[in-house]
Amino acid sequence: MSSDFSSNIPIYIQIMNDVKLKIVSGEWEAGKRLQSVRELAVEFSVNPNTMQRALSELERDELLYTERTSGRYVSQDQSKILKARDQMAEEYTDNYYNSMLKLGYKKEEIVYVVSNKLDGKREEDKNE
Amino acid sequence: MSKIIEISSLQKKYGSKTVLDNISLSFEKGTIVGLLGPNGCGKTSLIKIIAGLINDYRGKVTIDGNIPNEYTKSLISYLPEKTYLSENNKAEYALDFFEDFYADFDRKKAEEMFKQFKLDPQQKIKSMSKGMQEKVQLILVMSRKAKVYLLDEPLGGLDPASRKAMLDIILNNYSEDSLVLLSTHLINDVERIFDRVIMIGESKVLIDDTVDNIRQTTGKSVEGLFEEVFKC
Repeated sequence: MSSDFSSNIPIYIQIMNDVKLKIVSGEWEAGKRLQSVRELAVEFSVNPNTMQRALSELERDELLYTERTSGRYVSQDQSKILKARDQMAEEYTDNYYNSMLKLGYKKEEIVYVVSNKLDGKREEDKNE
Repeated sequence: MSKIIEISSLQKKYGSKTVLDNISLSFEKGTIVGLLGPNGCGKTSLIKIIAGLINDYRGKVTIDGNIPNEYTKSLISYLPEKTYLSENNKAEYALDFFEDFYADFDRKKAEEMFKQFKLDPQQKIKSMSKGMQEKVQLILVMSRKAKVYLLDEPLGGLDPASRKAMLDIILNNYSEDSLVLLSTHLINDVERIFDRVIMIGESKVLIDDTVDNIRQTTGKSVEGLFEEVFKC
């Protein structure tokens, strides 16, 4: 996998977000054993020290945990995973909202655009 | 982390032209360091001094506590800017040569990488593309179990896919107690593999910081900062 890294955000934070997304989306299942730091570093094309830092931070957030002898795992605590998911949803929503404000939309117009979009999606689902 | 290379007050001149002026740096084990700067800024001279190939300099340079000598050369795996493989021979000959010459060369590892990158040891070097030649060379250099890897412009004339392959070779093979010092002017593709970058310009060290620190404090990528520092 190769990631595009935004220029002004530290790489370890971007890696944290990529890994978080894999966890909350279930791509990495609860209790999954992670590959070694080096293998992950190669997969994400980053320095192993950067990978290590990102994983340590995620351990501190309790989304990952280490068994002393057998390696590193995805948390089995669903409440932690759901909390992280809510946080990401909030961030995405904030980003969307702020981008719309930048485009000059007013609050009511944003609501209108979103509900229109949802109506369209419902139609699509019906036709499937 | 312990220091593997220490450089203090290093000065190097070619005639009246100073290319390295009062440079002091140290390098730690277990790190990948980018040496960045425009062409002719002294990157290659610095690397050659560490490799023990340039001796007429002022200041102090030590590798694992020793000034460059036969012992330090045995610790260093050096990839020069220009290829030195004998063109008329098969790649296999280069494997034989490295096996004879370097006690720390892991032939099995090199052969596995040949397979991985679909290189044929029976092919003559001169009939390989430039990208294939550079891969062969990097595989040979990274298959030594060295303390220091000095890679001078390993990404030179490669297309992006090959560059990614080269970075994978480096990430997969450096050991946690070794140092990789890599010079390049192609920053964008590689900055994510560095722990730290050093920018050299006008014979001095202009920037020396970790990649994430640079991003946090300047709000710029290393490439962005590079463009600003070396604005023409």
